[in-house]
Parts: sequence; structure tokens; C-alpha cells
Amino acid sequence: MSAPETLPAEAAADPVARVRGEPLETLPSDLYIPPDALEVFLEAFEGPLDLLLYLIRRQNLDILDIPIAEITRQYMEYVELMRELRLELAAEYLVMAATLAEIKSRMLLPRPAVDEDEEDDPRAELIRRLQEYERFRQAAGELEALPRVGRDLFPVRVLAPEDERPPPAPEVDLTDLLAALREVLARAQLQAHHHIQREGLSVRERMTRVLDRVSEATDCVAFTSLFTLEEGRRGVVVTFLALLELLKLGLVELIQPGPFEPIQVRAAARDDRA
Amino acid sequence: MIERKSILEAALLAAGRPLTIRDLQRLFAEDPAPPDAAALRADLEALAAECEGRGYELVEVASGWRYQVRKELGHWVLRLWEEKPPRLSRALLETLALIVYRQPITRAEIEQVRGVSVSSNIIRTLEELEWIRVVGHKEAPGRPALYASTRKFLDDFNLRSLSDLPSLAEFTEDAEVVQLPLPEVRGDAEGS
Repeated sequence: MSAPETLPAEAAADPVARVRGEPLETLPSDLYIPPDALEVFLEAFEGPLDLLLYLIRRQNLDILDIPIAEITRQYMEYVELMRELRLELAAEYLVMAATLAEIKSRMLLPRPAVDEDEEDDPRAELIRRLQEYERFRQAAGELEALPRVGRDLFPVRVLAPEDERPPPAPEVDLTDLLAALREVLARAQLQAHHHIQREGLSVRERMTRVLDRVSEATDCVAFTSLFTLEEGRRGVVVTFLALLELLKLGLVELIQPGPFEPIQVRAAARDDRA
Repeated sequence: MIERKSILEAALLAAGRPLTIRDLQRLFAEDPAPPDAAALRADLEALAAECEGRGYELVEVASGWRYQVRKELGHWVLRLWEEKPPRLSRALLETLALIVYRQPITRAEIEQVRGVSVSSNIIRTLEELEWIRVVGHKEAPGRPALYASTRKFLDDFNLRSLSDLPSLAEFTEDAEVVQLPLPEVRGDAEGS
């Protein structure tokens, strides 16, 4: 956005702005101004420092030797213009106006000839800020000029051959496990009329049985197949408790190949993934 | 016998991200005599030289080596896509420049130099682009966030390290001396 720079700098008079190439000396209150042109122009400024730099540049002035009175006058004209156009006038612009007015008044005051030091120039701080800003304005331009991925640079990628290895089995979380149990229980409910009385369903005993089942199997055992529905709800619970115990002891592992797929049980010690 | 160079080329082409020498060394982890960093670097330089006359080049950026379309062909490639890459506003670029050259820097410090408040949108956009990140908080009232540039910033601007950046403009004699070099964020871990 270099709208300010593209405007002719050799403006002989001192137009407030240029509207469609025509210099605008003062802002006529009764005249129609194409608001878009001015607004685009005024909105191009990135803040008070940017506006000041533009004013200084336009007159080929040195930052180090700003004619404060003149610059202040011009600056105020722009601020006034922004106000007339009801542009959202950021507080920063007003702060700068105050700073300029302060510098101007300090420069009007007679200074003791003794310390005609450069340090005492009331403009020093403003100059420092303008230089600092100018430096980063340039750095921003340089960053913009660097080649950039997506605009100038496009990283290359070719299609790789498909991965044929089986994906590693993901862990099963407790929610899935409980959901599976609920399913088995629900099914057990349907078999309730089978009620077979068995004596003392021992979790320990069931652990051994489940472990046997699992370690005898060459592959994984389906979680649901471990349950004997005919045993009813209690039997199912005992098996589930046994399974949890085994899980806690690290003797069995649960695997779920993918979301919503049946949970599998396998003996922990054996590694048959190869 | 597959040449090692071909393996490197294949890996770099397939990775979809820059690969460091260390990444590449890992490919040969099971090799009885794995190549050292210097050997791999020599291979990479040979591969880069072989790109001569092709539409792509092999370059080293902050995150490692990557194949990319030659810069001068970029505008041809762009024609493949309807949508133009978004232009970055001056406000965004100035903010980015301050973060890059003055990192770690707070928002207030950025505002001080620019003379205007930094919009949250700009910071958010820069964070979304993954060009900047919060690296800590300044021990000052409100503990303001300190921003710094990321490795992705360097990658996306085709830089290997911050020292590859154009140096800050110097002005008149009383301009402060700019503090360069900047904190090293180069990620390459080849120990060179």
C-alpha cells in the first residue's frame, strides 16, 4: 500500500490533498468532495508517524531538521480532514497533534544560549521515533520482498508408495470397555429365563478360565465370546470382573482395531504382531 | 545396488516437510556403517547441483532441506490456482518486522514504535500463520506476552536463520546501532 508515496511530491502550493489529480488547497465546506478518494488516501496511513513521514517526504525534507511549525500546520489540516470525513480518528493522531503543539511552543520559547546542545532540541525525541519507525517501515517492505511460500515458493511433494504395514493396534479406553459390557449384559438379559444355578462363581477361578481361553487361542479372542450368556447376569459380571483383574495384573491386553470395531482380548506375554 | 543419494532424494520428495540431516541419518539407523553428517551433506549438495536446469531446486531452510519449485517459476505455478495468495497488509508486515527484528517483544513495545495500537486481528493472523508465538511473559505489570518468530516463519520466507534476514536500515549518525545478530532459532541439529 504505497498510496502516499505515489502522490506527486513536488506539490508547489500545499494542497490539503489531491482529489482525482486536482490539488485541493483548502477544504470547501459547501463543495461536494468525492469521499471515497479522500478516504482511501487518508486510510492508507498506518498511524501518526506514517502521516508525519509522508508530510516530511513530500517536501523532500530531512527528518533531522523538521520545520516544526509548518509540519504541525499540515498535520493538523489532515487531522481536521479526517474529522470532517468522519473517519474513525484514532486517539494516537490526537496525541501526536498535542506532541507537535508542545514541541512548537517549546521552540518558540527563548532558550538560554549557554546550552545550545543538540540534546536540548525539543524535536530530538520525535526525530528518534520517526527514525525508528522509518527503519521498521523499511524492514516491513524488505520482508514483503522476500520470496514467500505460497506466493513465490512451492515446496515439492511426490506421491509415496502406499504403506502396506498393518496399522498399530490402538489402545482401548474404559468407556469402550464398559459399552461392550453393557452390550453383553443386555444380551444376557434376553437369556434370563435360562437361569442355571451354579455354586459359588469365583472370580479367581474365572480368571484362570479366561486366561486359559486367551492363551490357548492362536490369535485374539473376541471380547464378547468370553462370556457364557447362559450363566445369566451374574455369570457375565463375574467374567467381566475376572477380565478386569487380569487386565490389572497385566496378564491380558485389550485391542480394538478401529473405532466401533469389536474389542479383542489376547494374552499379554505373547507378541504375535510380527 | 541403490545409491544413497537416491534414497535421500526419495525421502525428501515424499516427506512433505523439510528434513534435517539428522532426520535423514535416521533412515540409515540399521545400516552397519551409517553415513555421517558430512557425507549426507555432500550427497545433498550433489543432489542440489543435479537440479540444475530443472523446474525445482533443493534448498536448505531453517527446518532442514526441501525440494521446491524454482522461485522464478513461482508465478507460472500460481496460474494453476484461481485464488491469489492473500496480500499482507502494511500494518501486518510492520508488526511482523518488529517481532522478527526485536524479539522477544511485547505488544506495547510494538505499539511504541509504530505509534498506533496493534490490532488483535493482526496478532491472531500472525499466530495462525505460525510465524510468531508467545515465548514467555515479561516481568512487568500485567505480565505481557513476549512474541518471537518461529521456525515456520524462516521456512516460509526461505531463510535458514535470522541472520539471513536483510539487516535493518541504518540512518543518520545518531541512529542507534541495531542489535544483530538475533537470538539463534535455527533448528538444524547437525552440530556444525
